[in-house]
Amino acid sequence: MPIRNILNKTSDWLGGDGPHHQIVVSSRVRLARNIQGVSFPGWAKKMERVETMERIRPQVEALPEMGDAFSLPCQELSALEKQVLVERHLISREHAARGAGSAVVMNRKQNLSIMINEEDHLRMQAIRSGLQLKAAFKAVNKVDTELEASLDFAFDPNLGYLTACPSNVGTGMRASAMVHLPGLVLSEQVNQVIQAVNKIGLAVRGLYGEGTEALGNLFQVSNQTTLGESEEQIIERLQKVILQLIEHEQNARLSMLQHRPTTLLDHIGRAYGILKHSHSMASKEALNLLSLAKLACDLEFYPEAWRVAVDELFMETQPAHLQKGSQQKLGPEDRDVLRARIIREKLAECPSPAGEAVLSRIPKAASTKRKKAAGDDLLEG
Amino acid sequence: MLCDVCKTANASVFLTQIVDGKMQKVNMCEACSKERGVTDPTAFALADFLQGLGGAQEVEQLGGGQPQQKCGTCGLTQMEFKKTGRLGCSDCYSTFADGITSMLSGMHKGSSHTGKVPERLAKRIERDRLLKELQQHLKKAVAEEDYEEAASLRDRIKELEVVV
Repeated sequence: MPIRNILNKTSDWLGGDGPHHQIVVSSRVRLARNIQGVSFPGWAKKMERVETMERIRPQVEALPEMGDAFSLPCQELSALEKQVLVERHLISREHAARGAGSAVVMNRKQNLSIMINEEDHLRMQAIRSGLQLKAAFKAVNKVDTELEASLDFAFDPNLGYLTACPSNVGTGMRASAMVHLPGLVLSEQVNQVIQAVNKIGLAVRGLYGEGTEALGNLFQVSNQTTLGESEEQIIERLQKVILQLIEHEQNARLSMLQHRPTTLLDHIGRAYGILKHSHSMASKEALNLLSLAKLACDLEFYPEAWRVAVDELFMETQPAHLQKGSQQKLGPEDRDVLRARIIREKLAECPSPAGEAVLSRIPKAASTKRKKAAGDDLLEG
Repeated sequence: MLCDVCKTANASVFLTQIVDGKMQKVNMCEACSKERGVTDPTAFALADFLQGLGGAQEVEQLGGGQPQQKCGTCGLTQMEFKKTGRLGCSDCYSTFADGITSMLSGMHKGSSHTGKVPERLAKRIERDRLLKELQQHLKKAVAEEDYEEAASLRDRIKELEVVV
């Protein structure tokens, strides 16, 4: 299948219909595997990398899951195409930078993607919408089992699956959930919560993984360690923490509605005004304002029908996605202008946020919520 | 002295922590130290941080300080491992086993794998485990001069070894 068919179709998991989808955008599980006795991609010579790729790729393409797959060596993808895949979290930024000897195979639904010769020989990833870590693991685990019949994976009875970086050894699994936490950010509790999550051995990162900023109030929560616990235990632990994060976020939102409604309405109203009327908008600003629009959808300030538009804009306003839809090469300023236009047009008919109407339905701070600091119970768990 | 994180600015924050009897040091510039939350020592675990740096300092202790030690399969030297924090191939795990084991214990929840095992290895691993167990029993039986038990154990071990 040609790449443009993939690029022109939105990813299946962006549909936003998974459990807890208001707060958990997506769940991903990635497995790292290597071929026994063959140099890891970072150390192998180009020739070796090409050989390994030629050995692995046909096996991956032959998977029943990949019946309608798109499969290409990295050097046959343009920089723009790679960037679009990065923005959709289908390949890593590191993989996008790789050339000869690396490849990417993904299914039509774009919920299963396999990178060949990233940091490890195989990085297999399943993505689902909402909180579906178990389903994502099941999908990627099946692929792993199918591949191990024909590929000799490096495995040590004591250390488990062997990986290029010792931090992935064991299960080779990284499970992560992308969570949208505007309530905790606005109420300035998010750092406290992140620290608590860190202390129990989970990592919290920005939108595009390690070392990236938490734009649009989006955070990725994932397991930090891979050795000493089974896959199921890791996922169970992560799942529990995510459920607690959801509760904290919901409490923070309710508390804002009850105690600081003016601040909340002001943030959402200003976001609405700027999104609908600006003529130039940087990517960062767009993500942060769209985050407020998404929050407003969750709080029923907008009719439910607008949720899809807002969710789509998160992806459509990313730099490579803007360029993809355009005929000529766009500079950063052109992109900002185009971004503002796309948002204006998409939200043209969106009514003003019905904040007051929603607030009138909220019980006035009747129940004093348990006055526990956010994050405390995470530590107890 | 340059900052260990950004490697551009001069280091002005020097942090030393002793964890599990091992001393670890990090030098940072002011901006990086703020960014990593080093100003609040209670919330800052040096070990986590070192892990983020690819365990550079830990790697120094690998293999009893023989920087020229080389993996027979892929040719990676200890020096190169130290530089990148990445191994060269799956056999490096046995080449540099000593250092890696101590490195892993500081990095992970446990020191042995309890998760999935590839199907084709599952049988062999189970057999190896059983073999080890029987050999221990055999030793014990011999020590206790229980020769009847020892003979039966020896036969079972032989049987298992034939399957190889």
